[in-house]
Amino acid sequence: MAKFKGSIVVDKERCKGCGICVSICPNKTLGMSKEVNGKGYNFAVMVAEETCVGCASCGRICPDGVITVYRAKED
Amino acid sequence: MSSNICTPENLVYKKTSLLTDKVMHYCPGCGHGTIHRALMEVVDEMGLQDKTIGIAPVGCSVLAYDYMNIDMQEAAHGRAPAVATAIKRLMPEKFVFTYQGDGDLAAIGTAETIHCCNRGENILMVFVNNAIYGMTGGQMAPTTLEGMKTATSPYGRDVEKVGWPLRITEMVAQLNGVWSASRHTVHTPAAVMKLKKALKKGIEDSMAGKGTCFVEVCSSCNSGWKMSPVEANKWMAEHVLEYFVPGDIKVDGKMVR
Ligand SMILES: Cc1ncc(C[n+]2csc(CCOP(=O)(O)OP(=O)(O)O)c2C)c(N)n1
Ligand code: SF4
Ligand code: SF4
Ligand code: SF4
Repeated sequence: MAKFKGSIVVDKERCKGCGICVSICPNKTLGMSKEVNGKGYNFAVMVAEETCVGCASCGRICPDGVITVYRAKED
Repeated sequence: MSSNICTPENLVYKKTSLLTDKVMHYCPGCGHGTIHRALMEVVDEMGLQDKTIGIAPVGCSVLAYDYMNIDMQEAAHGRAPAVATAIKRLMPEKFVFTYQGDGDLAAIGTAETIHCCNRGENILMVFVNNAIYGMTGGQMAPTTLEGMKTATSPYGRDVEKVGWPLRITEMVAQLNGVWSASRHTVHTPAAVMKLKKALKKGIEDSMAGKGTCFVEVCSSCNSGWKMSPVEANKWMAEHVLEYFVPGDIKVDGKMVR
């Protein structure tokens, strides 16, 4: 069976640091940054990039719509 | 490296262009943002941008017209169903919806809600129930749970004094004008997908002239509830959904609960 590899891009200046994406990612890919953005929020980052499968759950739930999700077949 | 898969041909999800690029004023983690996007994604997927007219409420989502990239009209507090009635009757070919909080739809606007539903206006009503008045500082709403602490019920809602949390969706479902009524949430990605399905059906049916389609969405107001966004979602699943049980209440004109 083909395996999928995913990746996300967070618009970090628009992220409000709510942590909801971190709490729902099935693969514990996400965490919060140590540094803050221009508004003073810690923003979402991939802390375990290799675990992302591109399921888009984080993108679908992010209240501010700041996550873009990519997915490619692994060969 | 995973970064090299971030190319257009591998794109699986991005914010719909039916949401503007304006930064939403909502608190971090507020359910309004997720609900706005679910609704705009469905309108986008159905290709209805030019045919849609939304009515914004008074409440935290008063500025919804700044975020939804469609035609919108602001209404006075609670009066969105009356404004929607006029717009839909004048332009029956349009998809018309209201977007309202629980203070708006189930308190000050109760009369407009009931009579719009009873007349069976061919609109979709999106009812965002966060069990509190968010905008004005977290006062008790008709939907506040028994024992729940708010700014105006500091010892918890006392049902002996102020009555029971109002299940207005179950109430309007009884009206002949209502074609469908259901309750959803947005605290998990799967719930968001379910909500989108219900919104799509509501859009189709209201445009087909079946009557009023009513979709309640239980949402968190972490600021008003005085919790973190993640705790608020958990609290909603454990407490709010016990009383406001998700699922279909009326389907295609027939009560199913
Ligand atoms: C006629 C009128 N009465 C009262 C108010 C004050 N007011 C503004 S928002 C609001 C309640 C909003 O609560 P809800 O509809 O639950 O929306 P939320 O902010 O929780 O999304 C009230 C009472 C008003 N703006 N206009
Ligand atoms: S796409 Fe899925 S696996 Fe990847 S970060 Fe988002 S929720 Fe986690
Ligand atoms: S859900 Fe969105 S706003 Fe919240 S932390 Fe994740 S990316 Fe940021
Ligand atoms: S007060 Fe509540 S409903 Fe209003 S934006 Fe904040 S979290 Fe959302």
